Amino acid sequence: MIEPVIPLLYLAAAAAFVLALRWLSAVPTARRGVIVGAAGMALAVSGTLLRPEIADYRWIAAAFAAGTVIGIPMALMPMTAVPQRTALSHAFGALAAALVGTAEYYLRTPRIDRFTMGALALEVLLGFLTFTASLMAFGKLQELLPTRPITYRNQNVVNLSLIVLAVSAGVYLVARPEATWLFPVFGAMALLFGVLLIIPIGGADMPTVISLLNSYAGLSAAAMGFVLENKLLIIAGALDGSSGFILSVIMCKAMNRSFTNVLFGAFGQVAEGAGMGEDQRAVRSTTPEEVAGILQTARRVIVVPGYGMAVAQAQHKVRDLYDVLTKSGVDVRFAIHPVAGRMPGHMNVLLAEADIPYDRLAEMEEINPEFPQTDVALVIGANDVVNPLARTDPASPIAGMPILDADRARTVVVVKRSMRPGFAGIPNPLFKADNTLMLFGDGKKAILDLIAALKEF
Amino acid sequence: MMELVDNLTVFVLATFLGLEVIRRVSPLLHTPLMSLTNAISAIAVVGAILVAGEQKSLLSTVLGTLAVACSTINIVGGYLITYRMLRMFRRSGKDKP
Repeated sequence: MIEPVIPLLYLAAAAAFVLALRWLSAVPTARRGVIVGAAGMALAVSGTLLRPEIADYRWIAAAFAAGTVIGIPMALMPMTAVPQRTALSHAFGALAAALVGTAEYYLRTPRIDRFTMGALALEVLLGFLTFTASLMAFGKLQELLPTRPITYRNQNVVNLSLIVLAVSAGVYLVARPEATWLFPVFGAMALLFGVLLIIPIGGADMPTVISLLNSYAGLSAAAMGFVLENKLLIIAGALDGSSGFILSVIMCKAMNRSFTNVLFGAFGQVAEGAGMGEDQRAVRSTTPEEVAGILQTARRVIVVPGYGMAVAQAQHKVRDLYDVLTKSGVDVRFAIHPVAGRMPGHMNVLLAEADIPYDRLAEMEEINPEFPQTDVALVIGANDVVNPLARTDPASPIAGMPILDADRARTVVVVKRSMRPGFAGIPNPLFKADNTLMLFGDGKKAILDLIAALKEF
Repeated sequence: MMELVDNLTVFVLATFLGLEVIRRVSPLLHTPLMSLTNAISAIAVVGAILVAGEQKSLLSTVLGTLAVACSTINIVGGYLITYRMLRMFRRSGKDKP
């Protein structure tokens, strides 16, 4: 009796998901978006539980309980760990799709039509490769694995051959679904490919990789929808797939790279012979007192935060500095590069967590024209995103990457631990520019000293 | 065959809709966007519940149950952390809600 209602519940869930993403477009409606999204999921789950095919609820209940017990701590992780957490949840999502695909294969074979088998093969391939790739990304972000790219000879040839082999196995299974011996081999190749895919990718490319894996996880859910002939799965998977795709395109543009270059370029190796050594200019080191003096007379200040700020746990001190400066009438804004942090939008969340109002955070295009009228650009833990070589040196690995024009401010103050080059291993002439002062030291302590010096005035 | 065309139609239209809706999301909220879409793609739970609940073979029941657990992690964790993140965003001169 309840059966005819179930497709309507699914339809309502699909509408709720679209609405959730629509409301996420701006902060004032975003939380409503999350609630309607959760409601959509509740509808989908209850609709499914009502289906007559379900013979037993005990296993499902146990799985719900286990998932909740693991899911809650994963929602309580600190904001600095959100990229790792996201990678891990991509892994869980992809594994779920791959496991369902595997179960469906063994239940249906050999009575499985070509098209369904094609969708199933795609689901399993994307699911398993995204699972291991996401685990690798998690390992790199959590620094359990080396963040530098690991390369070996003929790496791209090996990877390419493996994916061609895996796809061929998939095609063979479509032609002959009864070849059950091949299915485990197919799954194993997908798992292995996921590992090999991430090995050569460096830490600096993680924002793109996470977005791409997001897209793959969505597409494998959509493929599951084709196998089960369930339109809700197709819609939700397509939404997730397109979201991951848009984010990866934005990340690639923000680094002036192509997908191929991210996946096969092994970016982040020490760039050899990248035109350094000629720059014999001396670095001008400064003191917190001197910087406090400059800030005291400034009217407009732009802070350029980088991931180094979060590593030093300095964001809450930066918020105190923001308060002190704002109280004395200084206009303080924050310039956010699209790849600041380790996943799309990460820096905004870190600053919001530190209670910095979001209307003070500005995107790159919006704030770049304002640097020339800015008295002080305060660069904290950022490096490559303010490297003027991107504009001037066509031979540099970051040539053409859009950067924040911090060097065009009247005075640039760089808070940095040492002269060590950044993630990408590229020297930064900004540190030696005539209008730059280097404030060496741990980010958190440097900002604390700066606040103390400001209060002396 | 008709079913396939229907499903492809839905997929293509949903992709275009997704591209349009997501293009409008402010870069300010790209991290919550990713955690929300991650929670939404845990819709795979629908397939997982069926496989786990149908009890057709031991293998499918075990795989299905594992898949339900994985999806539930993403549903519970995904919506909660997105909500938690969004609560942190506030405008100048306003206290946290």
